[in-house]
Order: sequence, then structure tokens, then C-alpha cells
Amino acid sequence: MEERAMKMDSPLKKESPWQKPLTFINNWGTVIAIIALIVFFALAVPQFMTSSNIINIMRSISIVTIIAIGLTVSLTVNGFDLSIGSTATLANSLVVSFFVWYSLPTGVSIALALLLALGVALFNAFLIVKIKIPDLFATLATMFIIEGVAMTYTGGGSISVGMPRLDGTPTTGTIPAVFSLLSQTPYIIILMLIVVASVYFFLKHTKHGRYLYMIGGNIEASRLSGIPVNRYRTLAYIISALLAALGGVVLASQIGSAQINAGGGYLMPAVAAAFIGSSFAGQGKPNAIGTLVGATLIGVLENGLVMMSVPYYSLNIIKGAVLALALASTYYTRRKN
Amino acid sequence: MTTLDMQDISIEFPGVKALQHVDFSMKSGEIRALIGANGAGKSTLMKVLSGAYTHYTGQVFLDGQLLDIQSPRDAKKYGIDIVYQEVDTALIPYLDVAENIMLDEMVNEMSGKALVSWKNLHKKAGETLARLNVNIDTRKRVNQLSLAEKQLVLIARAIVHERKFLILDEPTAPLSNRETAELFRIVRELSVNQGLGIIFISHRLPELFEICETISIMKDGKMITTETVSDLTQKKVIELMLGKSFNEEHQKHQVPIGNTYLKIDNLTDEAQFLKNVSLEVREHDIVGIAGLVGAGKTELCKAIFGENPLQSGTIYLKDKQVRNQSPTHAVKNGFALVPEERRKEGVLVDEPVYANLTAASLRKFTLPFSVLKPERERERARKIIASLGIKTPSENQKVALLSGGNQQKVAVGKWLLTDAEILIFDEPTKGVDVGAKGDIFDLITSLAEEGKGIIYASSELNEILNITDRIYVMYDGKIVKELKTQNTNEEEILFYSTGGR
Ligand SMILES: Nc1ncnc2c1ncn2[C@@H]1O[C@H](COP(=O)(O)OP(=O)(O)OP(=O)(O)O)[C@@H](O)[C@H]1O
Ligand SMILES: [Mg+2]
Repeated sequence: MEERAMKMDSPLKKESPWQKPLTFINNWGTVIAIIALIVFFALAVPQFMTSSNIINIMRSISIVTIIAIGLTVSLTVNGFDLSIGSTATLANSLVVSFFVWYSLPTGVSIALALLLALGVALFNAFLIVKIKIPDLFATLATMFIIEGVAMTYTGGGSISVGMPRLDGTPTTGTIPAVFSLLSQTPYIIILMLIVVASVYFFLKHTKHGRYLYMIGGNIEASRLSGIPVNRYRTLAYIISALLAALGGVVLASQIGSAQINAGGGYLMPAVAAAFIGSSFAGQGKPNAIGTLVGATLIGVLENGLVMMSVPYYSLNIIKGAVLALALASTYYTRRKN
Repeated sequence: MTTLDMQDISIEFPGVKALQHVDFSMKSGEIRALIGANGAGKSTLMKVLSGAYTHYTGQVFLDGQLLDIQSPRDAKKYGIDIVYQEVDTALIPYLDVAENIMLDEMVNEMSGKALVSWKNLHKKAGETLARLNVNIDTRKRVNQLSLAEKQLVLIARAIVHERKFLILDEPTAPLSNRETAELFRIVRELSVNQGLGIIFISHRLPELFEICETISIMKDGKMITTETVSDLTQKKVIELMLGKSFNEEHQKHQVPIGNTYLKIDNLTDEAQFLKNVSLEVREHDIVGIAGLVGAGKTELCKAIFGENPLQSGTIYLKDKQVRNQSPTHAVKNGFALVPEERRKEGVLVDEPVYANLTAASLRKFTLPFSVLKPERERERARKIIASLGIKTPSENQKVALLSGGNQQKVAVGKWLLTDAEILIFDEPTKGVDVGAKGDIFDLITSLAEEGKGIIYASSELNEILNITDRIYVMYDGKIVKELKTQNTNEEEILFYSTGGR
């Protein structure tokens, strides 16, 4: 023991003293960033830490989070669903049209919108699994197609209460009051938390989740272990599309109408949230809790900056910079073994 | 002549003391064997020398001068280069042979120049290959090469510049006898005529005795001894590396062979590589598939397992026809396959050991609604780890961090938790040390005794002779001969596997 200690004292090279803190930052960078931001904003803007503002932040990230969780599932199989924004738009258009054009009841309208979004998932899966187009390209094509479908269906993109149908016949449908509740607090926050919790449980604690990660890690070895890889990849895109559509439905509840490419703006924040989330707690894999944390980071930042009266047109500069920093904390010095 | 001297090298990974005060020295022009059980630290020691790890303690001297090796580039600068255990990870598949050979050059020595001179590139690559006396078209894309050729490309890359020491980490594991002989010729050429010091890692003892002058033996992260080959016997080497005496002859119990279990009738695959293959596996039966590299053993294994589509032919399991349209169906029907290329097909390197071991039997570890029982998984995994002697700090270690041979054990262990009735092994002992090879043999024998049907494909004739009851010899996608193991020998198998009739 003695001799060993002596020998260890005169090494040529030592493990860098920075190794441990660096690993810590790699693993917890997002959380540190969120805390730092909160402290900063709390000091700079007194109203920031009020309970109403905190609820406000949580509400503002709900839709992004729901959509980003779907994307997270597609990322687990080493896929990438770029069509989530368009799918959200489509669901928004569909559900509003069911109310305004056809006066359908709330439950039926939502169910129908989600069901039709399944079509998007199956189309994606067909392109990726059967035709074997790489995920990113396939869903890019779908993104355009679905955006176009939504615009064509609505005759230009927007529907609101009182607007006539495409053929000119007047409409009497309205948005039901209970549907509008969906985007009010606390329901919207509860819905988000349910989505996060169930996908977390699904990915982390069920056989299916394990399979999804395995396929993402090594599709060949997974297949040779007897896992039906194509079925699971399809499943991943189904979950992704369903959650995107759910996000679109909540969005419809919030804005009370269908708008041109309303869901498109959620794609990039969702991608950012899911990517930031991959590094959460050193998992190095897309995961539901991480995605929620990623979305929170973006939400806190946006809210705080607005409260500090940073002009809206400059927001993106800071948001982009923070995204780069958050990613840097994960990827910097992460060496390959 | 140059002297290489590594002194008091230690290195640790979380939970593993991979090297403990290791000394290693040799001279250029020498061919040195480095041997030790799986996980003994061979690859790690060589990674230290070639600049892949920098968090070690200890010193490396070249001709008495202290080296400061911080990166592979530094090591190359000092004239030290390595050809890694996993060749595919070091090549860029869609570039051609010349580009791959000249990769370091293009990356490191082009400062100031932006244009690639293709003519020079091919000329220089061609010259390097000529130095090795091998004939590969420098314009061929690397993904069209055989494994052996890929390895030669890597060796060529290593010697583009003048080198003093070249490390070959298990270069012969994927090679056929003929290719091994060719590699030996090149190794001798490099050491005798060009004065390189070669460090040669392998688990095949006979070949070490054939090509090396001295052997360094490692065990549990320590250097045990270095001796000249003439002072050693294979038995002695095994004793030193395992720390116990070991009988390489495998003991088989006599079990009566039962009824026909698996019957394969006139199988032809869609690629038409296999031609009308028929064979039979009986209860308690270990059936060997012998043949040279490229004879179609792997294709046959994959065709039975549903990975390669069939054109015609039928498979009967206990007289009932089964259709293995995909590996998923095959596993449901009770088949298991330990594939040849472990990193690509056998293990999930980013997942922990326990998740790899339960990958094919996850259904057994679930509550209702497919909820997992990870504690139960870990518990079963620990049993397999113990019974196969997988060297890992815990069942939670990522497979990527295990040594090559231990990864192979994980690929085998995965199927022990399934209810497979027919187990197909495709070169299962690749990269596995002698001791572990014995463990795997024992395991396969006991599976057969339990009544399972075993198909064992290998180009290692001594293994086939050691473990099987019957042998089918393949040549050019066909089964050319069926032999009873008791009544045959290497010469006879070799005769048929080279197309003799
Ligand atoms: N990057 C790493 N992180 C953690 N542990 C490691 C790492 N690299 C190697 N090890 C551990 O160090 C030990 C020595 O590994 P090494 O790869 O050197 O063995 P080896 O002698 O080459 O074995 P094999 O014959 O199986 O190739 C093993 O227990 C291995 O699990
Ligand atoms: Mg090794």
C-alpha cells in the first residue's frame, strides 16, 4: 500500500483536476442554466418569482412540451420526425373545422382529429420502413405535404367562427366552452404533466420503451435478437404524430380558430427542447423528463426576457445563444472512448 | 536498432484497475507476442502506447528518451502505430483504398495545401501496397473488400511513413488459414527486412509460437513474465495466463443421440448463394458446419434464422414445418443465433450488460402491461456473468467498455435466458481466450445434454473436431460431405472443404 502510494505520487501525467467538475457540468448543465436564469431574472425583475408568473411560464411551455415529447419518441429509434409542426397545424385545422363547419360534439371532434393524424404517422412509417428513405428526408417531404393538405382543406389556412364554408354556405357552429377550457390553467398544465409522465414511464419502465432504445442503438443487433424492429419504428412515429396532433388540438383551444401554418412555429423549439433534454442527468439519450427540462429552459428564458422588456425582435438572438451554450455544456470535452 | 521501454504503467477506469505497474520493453526488428485472458489489459496497454489514452501514470521511453504521448498523432510522430481489434471502425467505407491508406497523410500533412493530387495519392498508396507485396486495386471502394483485405489496407496505412513499432491487435481473428499465412509473410517481411518491431496480440497459441520470438504474458492488469518462445510450451503459457492448469482437450459426455429435431430440406436462398442445402439435427446433437471463410457458413446460419430470405426449401422442427420469415419469427419458433460480427450484429454497445443479456428474452421479465422488472433482470444477468466469467465491474457497465472477448461472451450469454430449442453458433469463440473457450464449450455441451439441438459453424477445425458429433462440410454454398466426428480428422475435413471429392 505504502509503496503504491509513493509510486502514484510521481506520475508523469495525472487525471486532469477538471475532469470531475466537467462531468458534473456535462450532466447537469441544463439544470444549472435554468437555476442561474431564475436567480438572474428574480433579481432583475421582482415580479418574476410571483406564483402567477410561474404558472404563466408553465402554461406557455405546455404545447411545445407535448409536441416535443412526441419528437423525443421518434428520436429514441434514431429517427427524426420533422413533420410534427405540420401535423399540429393539420389537427388544429381539422378540429376547428369539425366545430365550425359540422357542429360536431367536442369528444368526437378531438378523437377524429387524432385519428386522422394517425394517417400521417402511417405515411411516414411507409416511407421510412418500407421504401427505406432516411427518416429526416422522409419526414421533410411529409412536412410539406401535410402543410399543403391543411391549407387545401381549409381553403387557404384559416377558419374562424362565423366564416362560411369553402363552397360559400354559411355556418352556425361555434367552439364549445368546454373545449376552450382545455387550454386554461390548470387543465393545460395537468395535460402536459400527464403526457410527460406517461411517456416517461413508457420509455423507461416498459418492454416497449427498452426495445425503442435498443433499436436506436443498434438496429441490426436488435433485429437479430428477435425484436420486430419495423413494427416498433412505426409505433414511434405513431406516438410522435399523435402527440403532435394533441398539441395542435390544444393550440386550437387556445386560439379558438385555425390559422395558416399555426403549428409550424413549434417545430424548432420542440427540436431544441428534445436535444437539450438528451443531455439531462447524463443520460445521453432522448428522454421525456429531459425534454420537459429543455422546454422549461426555453420557457423561462423567453418569459424573463420579455419581462425585462427585451424587444421581441431580439429575443431569438438570445434564445439561440442560450441553446448553443446548453448544447456546449454537454458536448464540450465529451470524448469518444 | 531502437529500444522501446514502458515503465510502471498504471491506468484506471471507473471500477476497473485495468493496468497496474506494468513494465514492457522490446527492440525494433523483434516480433513480440502479447497474450492474456480476456480483459487482462492487452488492448489497454497498447492504447496507452499508441496515444489513445492519456490519463495513465508511468513513463514511456524510446532509446532512453522520455516520450510525451498525448494523442495518436504524437505516437505516430515517434514512429508507433496500431491496427485496432475492430477493423471496420478505422476505415471509411465509401472512400477508395488509396484514400483510406493515405488518410493520415491527407488529414495531417496537407497543411497549406487544399488540393488533393489524385495521381500522387494513388501512386503512393500503390507503392505502399507493393512494399507489403499485396495486390489490391487502389481504386476499389473499401466496403467492397473482404475483411482480410481491409486489414491489409490498415497495415498499409500504418506504414506509409517510416515506423519503428507496429501493434497488431488480434489481426488473425477474422482470417482464414490462407489469409493468416499471408499476413505472417507480411509481418516477417516488415520485421526482418524493414526492421520494424511488431507487437502481436492473439488468442491462438499455435500461431504465436509460429511467428513470435518472445512472448509477454499478462494477467489481471499485471505483466506476469516475458520469455523467449523456445523456453515455453503452449501448456505453460496457458497456465501462466490463467493462473491455473488447464486441459485444452474438451471432455464430452456420451449421450445417446435422439430423434430428428430439426430438418432442413433443399434450402436455396434468394441470393442463390446457398444451393440445395439439406441437413439434420437430432436431439442431444451438436452438428458442426465446417468450411473455409466464404464457403457460405454464415449465409446458411442467417438463412435458417430468417435473416436472409429463402427462395425455396423447407425447415421442419420436430416434423412440423416452420417458416422463419424474419428473426422475430425465428425466435418465436425457438431458434437462436449468435452472429459472427459481434459489434455490428451481436451486442448493443451503448446498453448496459444486463440489458444486453435480457434483450432476447425480455418477455420473461415483465409484469402486466409489459412493465419491466429490472431487479429480476439484474439478478439473472449476474448469474450469467458468473457462469460465463464475463469480466465487468458490474452488470450495469456499458458493453462498449468491456474488452473484446468479454463482449463476445455477452453475445453468447444473451441466448441462455431464452427458451431456444435450436441454437446456432457462428464462430462463437472469435477473440475469446482459451479458458473462456473451454467455458463456452462446456456450456454448449450441457445445452445439448439438456436436449437442445446445436449448430456450430466455424472455420477452426480443431474446435469443430473437439465439440461436435457430426460435421457437414461446406464448399461454395453447397454441403459437400457429411462426416462422423469420431471417424474423421483435420486432413479429411480440409480435403473436402477445399473442393476435393
Ligand atoms: N474505456 C474503458 N472504460 C472502462 N473500462 C475499460 C475501458 N477500457 C477497458 N476497460 C476494462 O479494462 C480491462 C482490460 O481491457 P482490455 O480491453 O485491455 O482487455 P484485453 O486484454 O484486450 O482483452 P481481450 O482479449 O478480450 O481483447 C477490462 O476489464 C475492460 O473492461
Ligand atoms: Mg483486446
